[in-house]
Formats: sequence, structure tokens, C-alpha cells
Amino acid sequence: MKGRSWVGDVLWYAGAIALALWVLAPIYLIGLLAFSPRMAVYRWPRPLLPLELSVETMRFFVTATGTLAATWNSIVVALFTMILSLILGAPAGYALARFFFPGREAVRMGILMTRMFPMAILSIPLAVTFIRMGLYDTPWAVALVHTAMALPFVILITASVFTAIPRDLEEAAMTLGCSPLSAFLRISLPLALPGLAAAALFTFVISWNEVFAAAILTLRQRTLPALVITVLNESPLYFRFAGGFFMVAPALVILLIIRRYLFHLWGVSGR
Amino acid sequence: MAGVRLEGVRKTFGKVVALREISLTVEDGEFFVLLGPSGCGKTTLLRCIAGLERVDRGRIFIGNREVTGLPPRRRNIAMVFQSYAVFPHMKVYDNIAFGLRMRRVPEAEVRRRVERAAGMLQLEGLLDRYPAQLSGGQRQRVAVARALVMQPEVLLMDEPLSNLDALLRLHARAELKRLHQETGMTIIYVTHDQVEAMSLGDRIAVMREGEIVQVDAPMRIYEAPATVFVGGFIGNPPMNFLQGVVEDGEGGPVFHLEGHRIPLSLAGEVSSGQQLLLGIRAEHIRVNDESHPGALPAEVLVVEPLGAQLLITARIGTQTLKLSLPPGHPVAPGQLLWLSFPAEAIRWMDARSGRAIPASAPGSS
Ligand SMILES: Nc1ncnc2c1ncn2[C@@H]1O[C@H](COP(=O)(O)OP(=O)(O)O)[C@@H](O)[C@H]1O
Ligand SMILES: [Mg+2]
Repeated sequence: MKGRSWVGDVLWYAGAIALALWVLAPIYLIGLLAFSPRMAVYRWPRPLLPLELSVETMRFFVTATGTLAATWNSIVVALFTMILSLILGAPAGYALARFFFPGREAVRMGILMTRMFPMAILSIPLAVTFIRMGLYDTPWAVALVHTAMALPFVILITASVFTAIPRDLEEAAMTLGCSPLSAFLRISLPLALPGLAAAALFTFVISWNEVFAAAILTLRQRTLPALVITVLNESPLYFRFAGGFFMVAPALVILLIIRRYLFHLWGVSGR
Repeated sequence: MAGVRLEGVRKTFGKVVALREISLTVEDGEFFVLLGPSGCGKTTLLRCIAGLERVDRGRIFIGNREVTGLPPRRRNIAMVFQSYAVFPHMKVYDNIAFGLRMRRVPEAEVRRRVERAAGMLQLEGLLDRYPAQLSGGQRQRVAVARALVMQPEVLLMDEPLSNLDALLRLHARAELKRLHQETGMTIIYVTHDQVEAMSLGDRIAVMREGEIVQVDAPMRIYEAPATVFVGGFIGNPPMNFLQGVVEDGEGGPVFHLEGHRIPLSLAGEVSSGQQLLLGIRAEHIRVNDESHPGALPAEVLVVEPLGAQLLITARIGTQTLKLSLPPGHPVAPGQLLWLSFPAEAIRWMDARSGRAIPASAPGSS
């Protein structure tokens, strides 16, 4: 019995370590090379320890033409996506959490099903539509598409956030003098704030990482991923590592912050 | 303060009829208990009075004011929820002050009233804590204090003691009774616990399947249940019901029970052949160790010493019943006891409808 659980422990940890390495090793290598001198990427054998650090590569990437403008575009797009998704998604999530209405489960399913349309099929009609509307090659067009992509997640996350807040609390507030709106603002909203913040950051990451729609809907107003992907083939190797690291770092930090709330999401969509 | 009046209130949830046709008058200053098994509609009725549910039909009055269409905040009620619904992101002080601040009471006055309510509920030392740092009993008291400071016309309580452990519940029950005596407030109190209902209520309304079966003072409900359901629901042990049939005797109809004859003392009409139930409380059964005229033999099946009394399960023919004996009374399973049922303690019920048949007034027969 004791022996078996010992073996089980070893297997468990071995598996966990293998998985962690699978994910972390590439990130580590990208980070390492992004902060090594330019020529380190061509050396063989590659150094695996950070013995020789340098910000030269990163500086080259950051000061390259278009990087700062694309970063700025990415931030604008991500912020706009975040705000728009929350404004549209949080009330929908609240309705799913609080109100019984005919077809509620169908709505829930429908929201998930919007994720089934491949971006590749939607991209041409979208580009045409945006050209007609005069939105093509603007951050707003990208943000609108990113909002459409992020909405299902935002709705499901906020629905689970509001479901977790007992309805009793709002009702108690109403018996104590609140209107439904002020009960929401004084009770549910403050309690939902951490969860809403998580949903917002998650949306930010979705937008920040999205490359396909951004590449198709922009020419000069590139977002960072769109820029990196288009210049990648013509760039030296060290440039690619620096770009990769620059892309991945904010997403990593944000995901570390919100990983707790992702479990809520799976809790709901798994039901 | 004010009374509450309901006229023909009906409430459905889709196909589920939660309240059938409730009419009810609660007096000003009364401690009124809604009692019934789980799912009978007590919470729904309370929420209709609070304005948290919209009634399908009927009217609701608080004092002389009709409130049927008003939202909760315009009804001048306060409510203690079964879950307590204490706001987790506010300190105890802010929880209790919440309603007063919504009414824009000046902060000095808020402080005075919060401190008074906290004093009444022994929360003085806890005002700076968050609800997560409180025990269940303390949270319950915060919920009561939060309702009390509002000085509502009617205080509604939904099973406020059901989440406390047994000992604390006993204590909190006495505290609630004291609170009512001190404030003289109109309280409508929901519970499924008949002991709680008996000990707290000035009057009790017994509910079943969305209907009110009986409204009476606790002792009336206990002694003279209106239906078999009420007799079986109230009291521990529940009222005994022995089934028999009406037969014609020389001096009028008699009750035929397992080969024995018991005189009927009824004001209502009964007919020969009608199935009746003889209802009697355990403690009202007279017990003799020896045979005597008019007594029925019963075989003892189980003896349970409960401290203050012996609870006996016995058998007359094929029917079992519960009776009580003083502690230390020598009795053993298999033994025969001789039982007699005092006429004034018998509650006759029609076996088919389950409704009580009024007894003849004492001295009239
Ligand atoms: N919001 C609701 N939606 C659907 N059915 C409900 C709702 N609230 C109560 N009911 C139903 O109404 C009946 C009475 O419920 P309730 O008033 O909570 O009973 P009690 O408080 O006596 O246990 C039950 O059958 C319950 O399932
Ligand atoms: Mg209930």
C-alpha cells in the first residue's frame, strides 16, 4: 500500500514536471536568447544558462521601424476590445445568471457556438464590409472583431461570477431601501469586481495575442502580432526571439494573475 | 407598527401553484408564525408580503395601506433571510447601518441607532469585523440587527434559526421572544419546526400545499387540530389516530374500535357505517395496570425512557399508538395496559376528509 502510493507520487510528479518543461522550456529559451548578445543565437552548442546577458537584441527590436507604433496599436485595440466586451458581455452574463427566461439554455449554447465559425471563412466578407464602412486598416475594425471573438468568454465568465453571488444579497438590499439598480450597484457590482477584472484581463490577452484577423484587416496600422508575423520571414533570427519575448511577456504576467478565475469558466462551460 | 391583511393571494411558478388562495389577518404587535412542512409555500408567502414576489391575484395590506403593487422599499418592512444575506464586503457596522443610510438618516443618528441595535443583540465588540470573521450565530444576529434598526412596521423572518446548531437555537429562540416583548413589533415568522412555532407564536398558521389549514393560538392548535394533518404535524409524539366505524347503539351512535365500543360525543352529524378517527394526545390517555370497566387492553411493544417521561408504543388490535407514563413506572414489552380516553380529550375526525368533527359542548349532552 505504502509502496504503491510512493510509486504513484513519483509518476505524478514526473508527469507534472514533464508537462511544465514542455510549456516552460520554449518560453525560457526565447527569453534567454532575447537577452543574449546577437551572435549567441548562431553559436553552437547553444548556451543554456544566462551567462552572458545583454539588452542589445531587445533594444534592436524595440527601436526597429514600426515596433512602437504597432505596440501602441495593440494596446489601443486591446483596451477598446476590453471595454466594449465588458459593456456588452457583463449585462448578458448578469441576465444569464439572474433571470429565468424562455430559451436561456439555448442562448448559452448559441453563445458558445459562435466560436465554431472559423476566422478564415469570415475574414474576406469582414474585410469587404469594413472597407465599405471606411473602417478598414484602423484599430477600431480589429477591436470590433476581437470583441466578437472575446464576447463568448466574457459572457460565460461574468455569468459564473454573478451566479456565485447569492441573489439573496440583492433582495436584502431591496428590502432595506434599494431599487433593483442601486442594489446591483451597491452589492453585486463590488462583489463581482475581482471577477470582472479577471474577465477584462483575459479579454486583453485574447486581443493582444490575436494575429489572423489583425493581419487581414490592417495594412499600415499593424498590431504587434500582425507586424511580427509579416516581418518575421525577412528578419534575422535574433530579431524573432526578441519579438517573441516581447509578445509573450505581458500575456504571461496577466495569465498568472487571473489563472484562479479560469477555473470558474471551466466550471460553467463544463456543466 | 401595523397589522397585515391578505385577501385571496395566489402565486404560481409556471405550473407549480405555490399559494392557492391565502386570506389572513395578522394583528398589530402580534408574533405570528407560519408553520408547515418544507415546500408548502411559507417562504413564497413571506416574499409576497415583502414584495420580492409579484402575486398573481389577491391584495396585500400593511396597516390600512394597500401595498400589493409596491416594491419592497416602499412597504416599510424588514426581512431576515434564511441565509442571513449579510453583505460580505461590509463590516458589521456598515451592514447594520445600510438601510438607514439608504434613507439618508444623518450619520450621528445612524451611529446612535446602530449602537442601540448592536447592544440589544450583543454585537458591540464585533462592529469592526467582516462577516467572514463571524460565527453562524453572530451572523444571524447581524441580520436581525440590520432589520431591527429600520424600525419597520412589520418584521419578516424566514427560518432564522434553522442554520444554527441545537444548543444555540434554543438560546436564540428565547432571545427572539425577549426581543419581541421589548419592541412590541409585528413579526411574521416562518418555520417548519413545530416546537419553535409553539414556543414563539402568539398565533400559528399551519400551511400545507399552498393553503392555510388552521390559524389559532398554539395551545388550540395543539389540543384541537382542525385536521388529521395538523394533529400529526404538531406535537412530539404526534397525536394518535385510531380508526373505527360508527354503529348504532341503544343510547345513540357509538364508535366501534377493534372490537370495543366507545361512546360518541359529537355535535356534528354522523351516520352508521361512517369511518371515523379517534384522535388523542399521548399524555391525555389514562393508563391503568389492571382491567376496569370501559378500559381497552393494549399490549406494550416498545418502552423509551426520555428522562421526564416514559414514551410507550402500544398496540390495540392491529393499530399502534403512543402514550406516556411517569418515569420509573414499572412496565415492560409484552405487558398489558388498560387505557381509557377521557371524552373531553378526544378529537374526532372524519376518516375520509381528514377534518375534525366538532365535539358537543361540555354539559350539553
Ligand atoms: N422561484 C421559484 N421558481 C419555481 N418554483 C418555485 C420558486 N420558489 C418556490 N417555488 C416552488 O413553490 C413551492 C413553495 O416553495 P417555498 O415557498 O419555498 O416553500 P417553503 O418555504 O414552505 O419550503 C415549492 O413547490 C417550490 O418548489
Ligand atoms: Mg422556505
